[in-house]
Amino acid sequence: MTMSGDMDSYYLSFIYGHLPYWLFIILMLSGLFIVVSRGNLIKKIVGLNIFQTSVFMFYISIGKISGGTAPILLDKAAGKTDVLYSNPLPHVLILTAIVVGIATTALGLALIIRIREEYNTIEEDEILEMDTQAYRAKNKDNAFEIET
Amino acid sequence: MALTLNHLFAVIMLSGAFSLVSAMLFVVMDAVDVAFTEAAVGAGISTVLMLSTMALTVRVQKKTKRQIIFPVLVVFLVGILLIYGTLDMPSFGSFDSPAQMHLGSKYLQITYKDMGIPNVVTAILASYRGYDTLGETVVVLTAGLGVILLLSDLKKRKNRD
Repeated sequence: MTMSGDMDSYYLSFIYGHLPYWLFIILMLSGLFIVVSRGNLIKKIVGLNIFQTSVFMFYISIGKISGGTAPILLDKAAGKTDVLYSNPLPHVLILTAIVVGIATTALGLALIIRIREEYNTIEEDEILEMDTQAYRAKNKDNAFEIET
Repeated sequence: MALTLNHLFAVIMLSGAFSLVSAMLFVVMDAVDVAFTEAAVGAGISTVLMLSTMALTVRVQKKTKRQIIFPVLVVFLVGILLIYGTLDMPSFGSFDSPAQMHLGSKYLQITYKDMGIPNVVTAILASYRGYDTLGETVVVLTAGLGVILLLSDLKKRKNRD
């Protein structure tokens, strides 16, 4: 058996062990892309949610142990022995984060409703354009006042 | 899918489906409590909130005239940096990674002695980290107050206009 065979299996196990992280990162990037590239504010919130959920997946994947099970103590409650449990700490952290996430989502959606009330649109491009025009109009008035 | 669709209803329903699938993924990764919360909050409440926002605003997205190059560049740069960051990480599912060595196993040992309930996640959330959860409720309260302040008198303002 050769050295290269060993190296190949090492690389394969490395890729196999890190592929979940990379998939979560790609999912996160798709969320980021939606946030940056789309002008519609509701779509931005959806992208933010995708971003958030993929970060949650990443955290949970750190706590996972192969062959482990959910951290509910079977050996104490049901009399089983030698059970391997996954790490409960990331689960606690993410439970808190999900609830905080829905709170921020709700606040963002309320802001969208308010923006639509004020500007009558939820497209970022149009809002920016209206702001620029308002700014120009205001400055023109000021210049006029100074002249007279 | 969420990129090309113009109908916000479809986008929001797909986002709800995504939440449900991610809840299944959490079950696969042994996080049953997280899966439960994600299915209830992510697929349930969040979808309802987005649908009601859509009903109060608009249903169809307008075409954007934005450049695509800058976002693609940003996304690629961030992706390369993040994947470079994972190269040092322990493999997925390894039992001897730093995250497993310290507190997690300790909680698994002492929880039943201290609390007498078998669910470790609940025990940590409500008891060992009780103040954390209290802070979380404060955050939710603040967000709720913000929503109320933003949306109160919505009808009154509408009638005035």
